[in-house]
Amino acid sequence: MSSERQRPRRLRSAHSNLSAHGEPWVWLTAGSLALAIAMITGLLCFIAIRGAATFWPVPLELVELADGRKVLGEVTGRQTAVQPGRDAPEQAARRLVRTANFEFTGNHYEWIDESAITATTLPEWATAVDRLEGGRFHGFPLRLMHGEEVVAAGAEGVWEEFERIHPAARERFRAARSIDKHDRGVLQRRLRAARLDVVQAGLSSGLESPQRAESVKRESEVIAAVELEEKILDQKTASLRAQNAGWGVEFETPGGEKTILPLDSIVRAWQPNRLSLASKAQLYGARWGEFLADDPREANSAGGVFPAIWGTIAMTLIMAVFVAPFGVLAALYLREYATRGPVTAAVRIAINNLAGVPSIVYGAFGLGFFCYVLGAGIDGVFFRPSLIADNQPTFGTGGLLWASLTLALLTLPVVIVATEEALSAVPNSMREGSYACGASKWQTIRRIVLPRALPGIMTGLILAMARGAGEVAPLMLVGVKKIALDLPIDGTFPFVHPEREFMHLAYLIYDVGFQSPNSEAAKPMVFTITFLLVAIIALLNLTAIWIRSRLQRRYVAQQF
Amino acid sequence: MESEQTTMEATKKNGPGSGRTPDAGVEAGAADRLLAVAAGREVPSEVHEQVLRERPVLEVDRFNLWYGAKQALHNITMPIPHNHVTALVGPSGCGKSTLLRSVNRLNDLVPSARTTGTMRLNGDSIYDPRVDVIELRKRMGMVFQRPNPFPMSIYENVVYALRIDGEGNRGILDEVCEMSLRGAALWDEVKDRLKDSALGLSGGQQQRLCIARAIAAEPEVLLLDEPCSALDPIATGKVEDLIQELRGRYSVLIVTHNMQQASRTSDYTAFMYLGRLIEYGPTTEIFTKPILRETEAYVTGRFG
Ligand SMILES: Nc1ncnc2c1ncn2[C@@H]1O[C@H](COP(=O)(O)OP(=O)(O)O)[C@@H](O)[C@H]1O
Ligand SMILES: [Mg+2]
Repeated sequence: MSSERQRPRRLRSAHSNLSAHGEPWVWLTAGSLALAIAMITGLLCFIAIRGAATFWPVPLELVELADGRKVLGEVTGRQTAVQPGRDAPEQAARRLVRTANFEFTGNHYEWIDESAITATTLPEWATAVDRLEGGRFHGFPLRLMHGEEVVAAGAEGVWEEFERIHPAARERFRAARSIDKHDRGVLQRRLRAARLDVVQAGLSSGLESPQRAESVKRESEVIAAVELEEKILDQKTASLRAQNAGWGVEFETPGGEKTILPLDSIVRAWQPNRLSLASKAQLYGARWGEFLADDPREANSAGGVFPAIWGTIAMTLIMAVFVAPFGVLAALYLREYATRGPVTAAVRIAINNLAGVPSIVYGAFGLGFFCYVLGAGIDGVFFRPSLIADNQPTFGTGGLLWASLTLALLTLPVVIVATEEALSAVPNSMREGSYACGASKWQTIRRIVLPRALPGIMTGLILAMARGAGEVAPLMLVGVKKIALDLPIDGTFPFVHPEREFMHLAYLIYDVGFQSPNSEAAKPMVFTITFLLVAIIALLNLTAIWIRSRLQRRYVAQQF
Repeated sequence: MESEQTTMEATKKNGPGSGRTPDAGVEAGAADRLLAVAAGREVPSEVHEQVLRERPVLEVDRFNLWYGAKQALHNITMPIPHNHVTALVGPSGCGKSTLLRSVNRLNDLVPSARTTGTMRLNGDSIYDPRVDVIELRKRMGMVFQRPNPFPMSIYENVVYALRIDGEGNRGILDEVCEMSLRGAALWDEVKDRLKDSALGLSGGQQQRLCIARAIAAEPEVLLLDEPCSALDPIATGKVEDLIQELRGRYSVLIVTHNMQQASRTSDYTAFMYLGRLIEYGPTTEIFTKPILRETEAYVTGRFG
């Protein structure tokens, strides 16, 4: 009886049901991983493709419309929109054309219905011009002018001549701008320093004191010297600009308007329809070069992002320099010295919760504490003249240092938690071995525990850097600016200016994407900047990972 | 306190000198002794007279240890002879490691551990509150069950004890390194790669490195806690040969699970059971004609 009852049960168990095998769980876990990978790679690929495509020259299409209008531009998007028709809604295809020539068209972009188009051609000499101001220009070159004199006429001739003289004109333009930006800045700072010296002397020795009289005398000397130098600079820039003056290229727009673009206001011009692949690649490289190495133009929507790259890297590294020792020391105390008990547990929970505080709160704290308390204190002691004479705070406002400190605070929990984990992963047998050799606790920590935990600590630091480099919200409060072309390290004494405001790529994404007057033109830039930011973070992380793997090879090998 | 006193006297009274011999009448009583221990009753230790005649390097005196409420060592009294190898044997969990770790006060690191009684190293109290534990540990060397080389080079591992003393003289360090590695029979294998990471050595080499590290500071007593239990037979053989060589030059206290190892390498053997010292005497006697039946049963592998 009982054996009969057992038989079918055996048979069933030989097949074994699906959930007992765990197969569905394997699928579920594998599926989750696949989904996660798909989303991550999808996002990164999207950013990479869109970001990398921005600078590739796109053909200029000459679109003729039924009403006789002609439009020249890059087609940047196509869409089928549903429009209210006479009887029922109708499907209508349309394309987005970057018409450029804002001064004539009043638009940068225009949606054009396919039904209104009578012809589309790719004229050979359609030219795209990146200008210093006013946005993109599209047109056909007519003449190269120097004042009233026609130097060259006809598209081909104009272009030959343009390519010959344009680099030198740009070079002169850059030289003049660099003088305005740097050399005059240096003079201004010298004037200010002399003026503040007078204020300082008045503050410390009294208004009637000989010291103040002395510094007043020195100020007037400085003013005289600066005036002299300024005259020289004026001459230099005037001669540079005079050489460029009068040179211009006359273009004709598709609408028939003629306009002369000054030669030195043309950043770059190209005819995408007649470019070979090699010259397209060359142009692509040149535009990337400008993007990486130049200052931004046109409210950040064109030009380069060099100051922002600089600011991002500097801020991330300074943050790491602050957060690493603090986090490691705190974790050391918590794990190695603090007695286990409710207090330590509470501290640990508090630290973990800190990681969940919205980052804008850190920004508010940074502004309230670092800038207004700490910075104001520093200003009151060391920078009183500037505060009194110019009513201008030095450290008492946002800046690179305070932003880095704020982010260090923000990422501190990450480092503490990772370090604690790394410390607790150090085998106890190693500590005991060290104690048995007569080492004190500190010697054991310094010589055995820390080296062994270093790779884990590096992991925490990598996570912290990745998190910190991508933060925007707190930075807006503590020192990131839309435009800050003066880098925090430069050639003027004392060379390092941690109090200066700076630019940051993550903030630039927000600014270009959502604060730009010409948002359609800025869109590709947003992708490119994102791409760049991700690449920079990846680069920083790879460096840290490389260091970590070196440490790992040295300190943590397999046991047998 | 009074009960400890009586146990001491009992130990002396029941020593081999007191005329008690393993005759037929004891057999039943002898098995009872382990039962009595298991039942938690006080049982005297059988300490052979030869042990007491040796000059002790380390004296354990009425030593008790608790982990929280659980008592792990009961009233241990045993002298460890100078420049001899003394083996601690007994079933797992009987407190051998605990006793060893009590000698260099590693149990101080266990918050729940509490002790009474004392130990003396060459006459200096170990458990005196005024003792500097760090100084104390420098007078001993210890090797653990699993090799635990430090994450640094072979060279730095060996001279670790000197390094933490601030010794910076290259000549002295080199000399100590070579002598210790030779002493641990490892020199020929590693002399060309002293700067390599110690973690790249094989298990047996790592354990001999740990022995070299332990003898580098010229310890007064060397504590070995089952040094071969994580090693393969060949590595075990090498370490055993090494212990043979250390015999007569160092005072060694070794915990082992392996009876053959105890009989081959040690001069004296102590048998422990459930935190108590049951019998302690010269190795030859413990293995050939022990006082107690249960000792014989254990060393011949009939229980435990
Ligand atoms: N850190 C500790 N905390 C609590 N109990 C412990 C600790 N270490 C060892 N014990 C207990 O003490 C007893 C003796 O352990 P141990 O000395 O390691 O035995 P042996 O080395 O002889 O196998 C065991 O019952 C063990 O569970
Ligand atoms: Mg043990």
